[in-house]
Amino acid sequence: MPVMTRRAAIAAAIAIIGAAATVTYAQSSAVDEIAKYRAALQDGNPAELWEARGEVMWTSPRGPKNVSFATCDLGLGPGVVNGAYAQLPKYFADADRVMDLETRLVHCMVTQQGYTQADATKNPFGGPGVKSDVEALVAYVTAQSRGVMMNVALDHPKEKEAFALGERMFVFRGGSHDFSCATCHAEDGKRIRLQDLPNLMTVAGAQKAYTTWPAYRVSQGELRTFQWRLYDCFRQQRFPELIFTSDASIALTMYLARNANGAAFDAPAIKR
Amino acid sequence: MRKYVFSWVCAVAVAAAAVGCATPPTDVEVSRRAAAVLKDSFKANGQAGLDRLDQDETQRLCTQYANKPLPKDVAEMIEKLNLASIKWPADGKWQGDWKNGERIAQEGRGKQFSDDPKGPVGGNCYACHQLAPQEVSYGTIGPSLYRFGKLRGDNDETRKYAYGKIWNADAYSACSNMPRFGHSQILSEQQIRDLVALLTDPASPVNQ
Repeated sequence: MPVMTRRAAIAAAIAIIGAAATVTYAQSSAVDEIAKYRAALQDGNPAELWEARGEVMWTSPRGPKNVSFATCDLGLGPGVVNGAYAQLPKYFADADRVMDLETRLVHCMVTQQGYTQADATKNPFGGPGVKSDVEALVAYVTAQSRGVMMNVALDHPKEKEAFALGERMFVFRGGSHDFSCATCHAEDGKRIRLQDLPNLMTVAGAQKAYTTWPAYRVSQGELRTFQWRLYDCFRQQRFPELIFTSDASIALTMYLARNANGAAFDAPAIKR
Repeated sequence: MRKYVFSWVCAVAVAAAAVGCATPPTDVEVSRRAAAVLKDSFKANGQAGLDRLDQDETQRLCTQYANKPLPKDVAEMIEKLNLASIKWPADGKWQGDWKNGERIAQEGRGKQFSDDPKGPVGGNCYACHQLAPQEVSYGTIGPSLYRFGKLRGDNDETRKYAYGKIWNADAYSACSNMPRFGHSQILSEQQIRDLVALLTDPASPVNQ
């Protein structure tokens, strides 16, 4: 859909939602209109812009050492991106650590391209006036797993450990509000305001949610990664700031990615 | 770089090490380990310091029993503990202004590291509850509170219950999903009174 037409459709949908909100009996119709709005969004996904930028970054020499990602092993061999994301997180012997995609990309940037850890993790998330290299790389790499069945292994003891820790962190209550991930994501058919909440403790719920990240967020005009999803959930949980590529972020990703096994990966997606 | 080497495989506890690596870590050990890794995985930002990860007894027990039935004695202990922490209004006045209450119920900001520490701070009640029927954008994690006062009666008993429940939900239902708004110093005594009015005042839209 051309940009102007899409904007018009969005504006119309928002107008309909706004009008519907003024009358009490209109809730179900508001929900219907939001569903229509979401369907209309699927027509064109600006995530393609991030994918294109990421592809150039993946194939071009970069960093102080002027090396491309051709030697970066995401788990299926140096430079192989097809299907790689559907098997992450996984244990990497060269780092003796379980890594998700973002952590592995940073690892390659530091060990092969010569970036400092600080430079490689400088802009994990884009924003007004800030472009994130990692988001573009994630968009490109994940797009090469579209349609691939999720197949995350729990073979290595550290993979098992990461899963067990992620499972427990999911129910960890803390902060000023006693929230855990499970406060919002442990029951079917619940919502916050009008936003539907996936039940991430079921296979179906984890599959649907995990396979649709990263996503272009229309409300933010940004491509958002799974690391961002966790960071922003914790912000709303009133926790302190989740550190990019921290062990907790990897453990939670392992728990959710593994539970999504058996479903076809379907991202970068587009969300409201 | 924050590098935390997972090392529990054989060494998470003396007990596990003694019987060899084949013994999976116990529940308590997993909880302890998860809490330690979490502590290393966050950084303080604005008003949200790392102390937000220090669990009190209620949070610790509710985490420990999250994936299994809460034993009756533990539930009673949690409820007793939390009931004792409620600070009842000294003047015995439970009810404030429902119009302020409606604003507090709508306000979602407060306590996030992205929020201005000077406020505003709300209860964000509509995130989880239906209240006034005019607001169709309400969540469903908590029960509908539409006609709360009408159904429960316009009396001090209802008002006292609503006040106590908002102050500390775990006093009435151990490991509730609801924040302990008074206990955890999210809302002030007056804000809670205003929310009680929103729920119980016959003039409130909740009871129309």
